Order: sequence, then C-alpha cells, then structure tokens
Amino acid sequence: MSSLTASRALAPVGAAGKLFAFALDVARASVRRPFQLREFIQQAWFIASVTIVPTALVAIPFGAVIALQVGGLIKQFGAQSFTGSASVLAVIQQAAPIGTALLIAGAGGSAIAADLGARKIREELDAMMVLGIDPIHRLVVPRVLACMLVAFFLNGMVSVVGVAGGYVFNVVLQDGTPGAYVASFTALAQLPDLWIGLFKALVFGLIAAIVASYKGMNAGGGPKGVGDAVNESVVITFLLLFVANFVLSMIYLQVVPPKTG
Amino acid sequence: MGVEIKVDDLTKSFGKQLIWGDVSLTIPAGEICVMLGPSGTGKSVFLKTLIGLIKPDKGSILIEGTDIASCSEKDLYEIRKLFGVLFQDGAMFGSMNLYDNVAFPLREHTKKSESEVRDVVMEKMDLVGLVGSEDKLPGEISGGMRKRAGLARALVLDPEIVLFDEPDSGLDPVRTAFLNQLIVDLNAQIDATFLIVTHDINTARTVPDNIGLLYHRHLAMFGPREMLLSSEEPVVRQFLNAQKVGPIGMSEEKDADELAAEQGQELPPLPPIPMQLDPSNGVPRRSQRPPGEWCAAHGVTPPPGSFESSNAGLAPGA
Repeated sequence: MSSLTASRALAPVGAAGKLFAFALDVARASVRRPFQLREFIQQAWFIASVTIVPTALVAIPFGAVIALQVGGLIKQFGAQSFTGSASVLAVIQQAAPIGTALLIAGAGGSAIAADLGARKIREELDAMMVLGIDPIHRLVVPRVLACMLVAFFLNGMVSVVGVAGGYVFNVVLQDGTPGAYVASFTALAQLPDLWIGLFKALVFGLIAAIVASYKGMNAGGGPKGVGDAVNESVVITFLLLFVANFVLSMIYLQVVPPKTG
Repeated sequence: MGVEIKVDDLTKSFGKQLIWGDVSLTIPAGEICVMLGPSGTGKSVFLKTLIGLIKPDKGSILIEGTDIASCSEKDLYEIRKLFGVLFQDGAMFGSMNLYDNVAFPLREHTKKSESEVRDVVMEKMDLVGLVGSEDKLPGEISGGMRKRAGLARALVLDPEIVLFDEPDSGLDPVRTAFLNQLIVDLNAQIDATFLIVTHDINTARTVPDNIGLLYHRHLAMFGPREMLLSSEEPVVRQFLNAQKVGPIGMSEEKDADELAAEQGQELPPLPPIPMQLDPSNGVPRRSQRPPGEWCAAHGVTPPPGSFESSNAGLAPGA
C-alpha cells in the first residue's frame, strides 16, 4: 500500500523525467545526418499557414490594449512624451513573445500533437520504426526546428503589428502626437529588448513543439486518446511557456540594466 | 532463404498483469507459422516484441545471432531491415499516395535512382494486384486494398522475415481466401520466414506449416500443423475446432461450475484435417511437407476423411 502511494506521489516526477528524456532524444537526433530538409520546409510552411492570420489578428488588439492602458496611466503621471517608448517596451519584451507563445501552442502545437497522435494510433509510427526509420529523427526534429523558426518570425510580426496598432490607437483615440510617439521609441527601449524577445520566441517554439510531439507520440487508446493528447499538450505547453517567460524575464532584467533617460 | 527466429523463455507483463510467460519456440527458416489465440491473449504484443517495438521483461529473441530483446537501439534499426511487417490496418502513411508509401523504404534506405525505385515499386504493386491505384491516398481505398498495399510496402526491401498482424481481420471470406492464397504464393516465391498472427480458424487450418496457440498467459502448444489438428489436448482441440465445450470460456477461462456442468458432455469427434493450401502454380513450396507425413511418422491416425478436401472439417459451432 505504501509503495502504491509513493508511486502515485512520484508519478508527476516520472512524467517530467520522460518528457525531458524525450527532449534529449530530440537533441541527439537533431545532429544526425541526413537532415530532413523537405519535411522541415513542409512543416514550417504548414505551421506558418495555421498561425499567421490568427497571430496578426491577436496582435492588433494586444497592441491597442497596451497602448490604451499605458497611455492612460502615463497621462496621469504627466509623461505623455514617453507613451511611445513605454508601449514599445511592453510590446516587444512581453506582449510579442506571449502572443507568439499562445498561438504557437494553441494552433501549431495542437496541430502537431493531433498529427503525430493520429499517426500513432494508426500504427504509422510503429510501421516507420519497423521500416528502420527513427520517427524522432524523421518527423519530430523537423517539426521542432520548424516551430522554432516560425515562432521567431511570428514574434517579429507581432512586434510590428502590435507597435503599429499601438500607434494608431494612441494617435487616433488618445490624441497623442505622431511625432512624439515615434520619437520616444528609443528613449526607454534598447536593442537587447528586441534580442530577448526573439530569444524567448525561440525557446517558446522549442517547448511547444517538444511537448506537442511527446504527447502526440505517446497518445494511446484510439481516437479519444488523440483528443486527450492534444488537450494535454496545449495545457502543459501554456503552463510551461508562462513559467519560462517569467524565468527569462527575471534573468534578463537582472542581467541587462534598464536604459536611463 | 529466410531466417530462423529462436525465442527463449520470453515473458512480458504490463504493470502487475502478466501477458504471457515462458514462451519458448523456434520459428523455422522459410516456413509459414500461424500464432493463434483467443482475443486478448497478447498475440499482437508477441508480434511487436519480435520486432523490438516492445521490450520483454525476460528472455531472448535470437535472429542471426542478435538478441532483439537486449541489443542496442542502433543494432535494432539494423536488424529490422530484415523484417517486413503487415500491420492490422496496413498502417499506410496517410499523407502519401500508395506509390510513395511503397517507395518510402527504398527512398530512405537505398541509393536507388527514381527509375529503379519505380521498377521495384511497380513489381510489388503488381504482386499484390494494385497496379492502377498508385495515385490513390490510403483514405480513399477499401480496407482490403490498404492491407494489400501494406503488404507491398512490407515486401519492398526483400525481407527475410514477414510478419502479418491479423491479415484477415475486417475482410470478407472471399478476400480472406485471396489473401491467404497470396501469402502462400509469396512464400513459394521469396522463401522468407512467415509468421501470421490471427484468430481465423480457416486460415490456421489450411495455410501454415506450423501452428502455435497462446492461451492463458502461456504458449499452450507449438508444432507442425498436423500435430495440432490431430491433438486431443482440450484447449487446442476446442480452439482449432471452434467449439464451446472445453476450458476456454467467454471471459478467458471457464470457472469450476461451468467445467463441472460440462463433465458428462461428450466431445464431438475431431473433424478431418484439410489439405494444405497449394501455391497457385501447383508446385509445392520448398518448406511444404506431403499431407499426412507427420501423422504417419508419429503413429497418429488422422481423423477419418483427412487430406481429401481443402475445406474439410469446418464445423462452426459444433
């Protein structure tokens, strides 16, 4: 009985360990030749096609909300001239990677988990292994790299769309002056803010693809198993991405001093 | 010319549930074997263990001196090139058409040019009678066609061992008969070692050289076809003749009451042993033995009427 309780209590540790071991397998397979270029391009195209439009649509209100919120707050402080800078900082450092993460996990990750899960229950993955082909090398590595690449570019897109959205709302709705908004861009924001945003996007793409692939490849028990795998992969990815975002932001704020005046 | 598979003392359990234990058998090179068993006795698990998709808890599987149960991942991928496996639903890659599916192993493993690939693929497609359907996607064809396409893909690397996971499940009797004939013809042609996992009695009675029966978490019997078909052993007898009287119940085993109730019942006589299925060109396969040879050699009198017809002894529900 006691061993049963212990094994129950330790089950999450085991699950985390298996996920990590899977990530190591992927890392090892990623350096193996030949690289699956075709699959990589197809997957990158596929992930981009399911994420670009929703991401752009999410980015506009995201940028707008930040502009409204920050604009209102800053007005109370009487520092309207910094509105542009503050909203750029917020969009590039936080909103862009988070928006990317949501879409990569929600649209890209769920598609990967569903695809691999369906292959798993149709025994396609078994068939592949029996044909002497490692599915991690053939299917997972291209997906992980494609997801990272797409996340990287999506992050750039969210930044641009978000900042543009913020500009429109600030200028049109809050009577900000276009010149002041644009001129203050570099007052508080600095280049490393952009780097950390892009770095976060890469990490988020990696985590989302690894979790989705792991869940998909371990789906079991018929069509319901695939549904469960997709559901779990999205939830787990969200949790991990927000934790990762928190940790990366903390480290960044410690390492890179904020720009003064 | 096929490869021998030597399984020794194999045991597998999931958690605390034992699937089967102490399974020892030798699948002779170039022969057709059938592994039978009631539903849920781990036949598919056995098959997946043979190709190293599932690790056994104990025991060894020797193929050309390599132990599948304990060899490294790298050796495993290497030895799997000897195998061709037909999965239950064909396991075709859903995103590729049949041609690309069958060509897939060639493109991944060989440096053949596209025209050479085309020759091999068309040869295998012709073998399973799928010429003209190359451009179809697996979702667009029937289950029987998917199975045949899966067979073509399994054969494309000229395997030494071919495993069939329930080739007859979900097929109508006519298609099953055609598929069985195809299996026999293939064996005559490529001389590989065949292992068929099924619970179709008709297939088991007419196709193989050897039969094995998994029952109640162990291998009940493994041996030449005639040995099992003439066996008086209750489990073997009940299963191979599809009878209700015997130790196998609806849920795995019958309980003591049910068995006691059957005490006085007389077992129906053993049905005659059917002829083995011949290749369609009529030339016996290399591993095929003349009918009645085993019985004569071991002093067993086959049931009356044996070896007279190829569908003798099918008495469902008797």
